[in-house]
This record gives sequence, C-alpha cells and structure tokens, in this order.
Amino acid sequence: MTIPSDLKYTKSHEWVRVEADGTVSVGITHHAQDLLGDMVYVETPSIGRQVAAGAECAVVESVKAASDVYAPIAGEVVAVNAEVSDAPEKINQDPYGAWMFKLKPANAADVNGLLDAAAYQAVVESEAH
Amino acid sequence: MGAKMVDFSGWDMPIHYGSQIEEHHQVRRDAGMFDVSHMLAIDLEGPLAREFLSHLLANNVSRLQMPGKAMYSCMLNQQGGVLDDLIVYYLREDWFRIVVNAATCDKDLAWMQAQAKSYPGLTLSPRREMAIVAVQGPHAREKVWQAVPEMRLVTELLKPFQAAECAPYFVGRTGYTGEDGFEIILPAMQAPAFWQALSAVGVKPIGLGARDTLRLEAGMNLYGQDMDESVSPLESGLAWTVDLGAERDFIGKAALKEQVLARDLFGLVLLDKGVLRSHQAVNTAYGAGEITSGSFAPTLDKSIALARLPKQIAIGETVQVAVRDKWLSAKVVKYPFVRNGKSLIG
Repeated sequence: MTIPSDLKYTKSHEWVRVEADGTVSVGITHHAQDLLGDMVYVETPSIGRQVAAGAECAVVESVKAASDVYAPIAGEVVAVNAEVSDAPEKINQDPYGAWMFKLKPANAADVNGLLDAAAYQAVVESEAH
Repeated sequence: MGAKMVDFSGWDMPIHYGSQIEEHHQVRRDAGMFDVSHMLAIDLEGPLAREFLSHLLANNVSRLQMPGKAMYSCMLNQQGGVLDDLIVYYLREDWFRIVVNAATCDKDLAWMQAQAKSYPGLTLSPRREMAIVAVQGPHAREKVWQAVPEMRLVTELLKPFQAAECAPYFVGRTGYTGEDGFEIILPAMQAPAFWQALSAVGVKPIGLGARDTLRLEAGMNLYGQDMDESVSPLESGLAWTVDLGAERDFIGKAALKEQVLARDLFGLVLLDKGVLRSHQAVNTAYGAGEITSGSFAPTLDKSIALARLPKQIAIGETVQVAVRDKWLSAKVVKYPFVRNGKSLIG
C-alpha cells in the first residue's frame, strides 16, 4: 500500500498536500482509487466556493459507483484540475499526482489536525478487517 | 488471481480481477470467461414436462421442438409480475433443463414444486453439484475448442440458442454479453481443470462488474433491477417473450390481458457529462420515469441506461435525468446499444 509520508490524510481517504504558496491540494488516496476501480467521471467544485471542513466538495465516479470527495479543512476553492476532469483515469494511474481541487485554508493550522501517513495506514488496516 | 470479491446472494464473487474496463474490452475484442456457478440448473423430468412448462412459462414452449433448443422466458405470478427470468433447454420430451438466477433460486424451486403438484410423475432436481462457466467473445468458441478439442465436433454446428451434451459438458451457444460464445454446465469437481485449460489458451477471467456493463450494452435485463415481482414483463421491454396470442393458459396470462400499461423500458444515452445510475428520476414530457440500470459503457465511451418511462415517448426525444443536484439531458434510443462488438446507436 502506497502512503507517501510527506502528505496529510483524512479518514474519508482524501490526501492533502501543502503547497509553497500556502494553498492545499486535495486528491484521493491510492487505497480509495483501488477500492473504487476504473474512474470515468470527476465533478469539480466551482472556483470561489467557500467550504466547511467535511463538506462535499467534488464527486468521483468509477464504473462501479459514485463517491463524494470531502473538503479536508475549511477554506475557499481557488483552483480545480481540468486535466483530471478530462482524463479521470489519471486518478487510477497516479493518485497522488491527480489533485482535484486546491483550497486556500481559512486557518492554515487546520492542516495539523489531519492524519499523518502512519495514522492513515492504521485507518486503512482497520477497514480491511 | 488478485480478484476483488463481493458477496452476491450468499456467493463470494469476483467483481473484477484487475481493471473492469479492460475486462469488458477483453470480451468485446477477444474472449473472456465468467464463473456463473451461482446460477442454478434445475432438471425437470416426467411425461407431462412440456404440459407443465406450457402452464408455468410466459414464452411459447411449443417452439422447443429440436433437442438442444433453448428459449428465454419469464416465469410470472398470478398477478403477471415477474418471479424470475430463465433459460429452458429442451432435451427430450420427458426432460427439460431450466437455468434460473441465484438470488431467486429457492423461491423459484418452491414455486415450481407447488405448481407441479397437478402434474403426476414430475420431478424437479436442482443440480447444485454443477458449475456453470460462460466463455464469451468473438474468439470464445475457437478458444474453447483449443482448450477441449473433443468438444469441437459436437458443438461446431450449434446455432445461437442451441445446446448439446458432450459429456461431462453441457454446452449452449448462449450468453449475457451480446457476443458469440458458450455457456457450459459441468460437474463442479471438473470446473477448476476446465478453467485452467481455458486460461492456458489465453481466455481471461472476467468479474461481475464487467458482466454488468456487457449485459447493459447488450440491452439485457437484470432480474431484481430492471424487473421483479412488482412489474409486468410488458412494462419491462419483454413483450417479445410473452405469448399472449396463444390459446394455452399460462400463469399470469389473465392478469396481463387486463392490464393497461402506461410504461415500458427504453434505452437512454447521456448527452451531458456524468454517469447514469439505477433509481435516478427521469423527467419527460409525458410524466416521470426512473432508471432501472445505468452505468458507463466502455464500448461506447458514454453513459447509458435502461429506464422505465411513459409509453408515449418516442425514440430520439430528449429527457432530463436527476443526477445529484442537477438535471442532465439524455436521448431516448432503441436498445441493444452494442451487438458483436459494434455500436448500434450511431
């Protein structure tokens, strides 16, 4: 199982990367894409939208099922990844490269409250049994 | 084999072995195999077998005249609701074989046994010791003959919807994908060796996920999703399987003759981006409808669905489908969507 140590995670299987400009990129983990299977559609949020932590923010659809992607922290949507909307299979091919949206955090320190790689690993393992 | 497993009517079933889309293409372009042993073969024996089936089934059993001939039919309740859909094979005048769905097999068997009481000398034997393997795709038959050469002579001349015994195999030229191929019933003990032999000649295992997208593209109903006891076959796109004109009386016939039906199944192709799914609401100029099966169609690279819609609707019209908080546009089309690897929707 691939869980990069430089990222933060949520129990709902989003990953979060803090970018140099202070924004955070959000995608879904290797584990999440593996469970969902072949991705065929991504619905990204509108830019400028204010989201609360835990709010439904994007939707990914595989052949099997639709699944919500939640905002890991509160903030404003400042970018969406058109490449992933055009080619949803990128989420399967490179889950940690295929970010879906970027947030400008309402409070930069909120990121510290997210799971680190070891804690997320434990979440994945507890779900497996 | 690295399969992702799911529980399906109490059976541990592979949903996919790797990529579901690749498995789908594998069947459309070459050959794939499905373990469908969850379906149940039931042998019906006795001198009054044909008479019994003529009462039990909505399709015209008198079409079964040549040994090995297969027919698709619904089995209805008195109200005309669909208890199950099945395939019946004619073997001898006193022996027919029926293959029913997994989720309904106990209910089906109890229903058949109850109806059989008025027909002396009938026996219904569930063949739970048998496995069923479907091999489907443009090269499926050729690969089966490579794997088991002695099967060629007996099965080469089979036309679609014909079956032949080639002990220990019972081979029907049928399927649930819209491709050529066989469905093979064999003793479960021998299934692993058969599976390995097919694998050795390059037939890839295909999971339930691709089975569903293949059958949807082929415009084939899924019991429990596109129809069940609460609906008539006449509002399920299955009027072609109901022998209403005949003099014979079958269970559900009287109810079907009385029904005034406002709905039927239609095909939908999504015009906007997104994915159609079962239970999404459909808005039409003639009233509301509902999607019964929807998915992404890998052969078409579009989303398609079967939907139960007001009957007045015409092919080519545009309808609106509720997907989360939006209404998306979809076009009403004739189905099947795909046959023998080719798109039929233009």
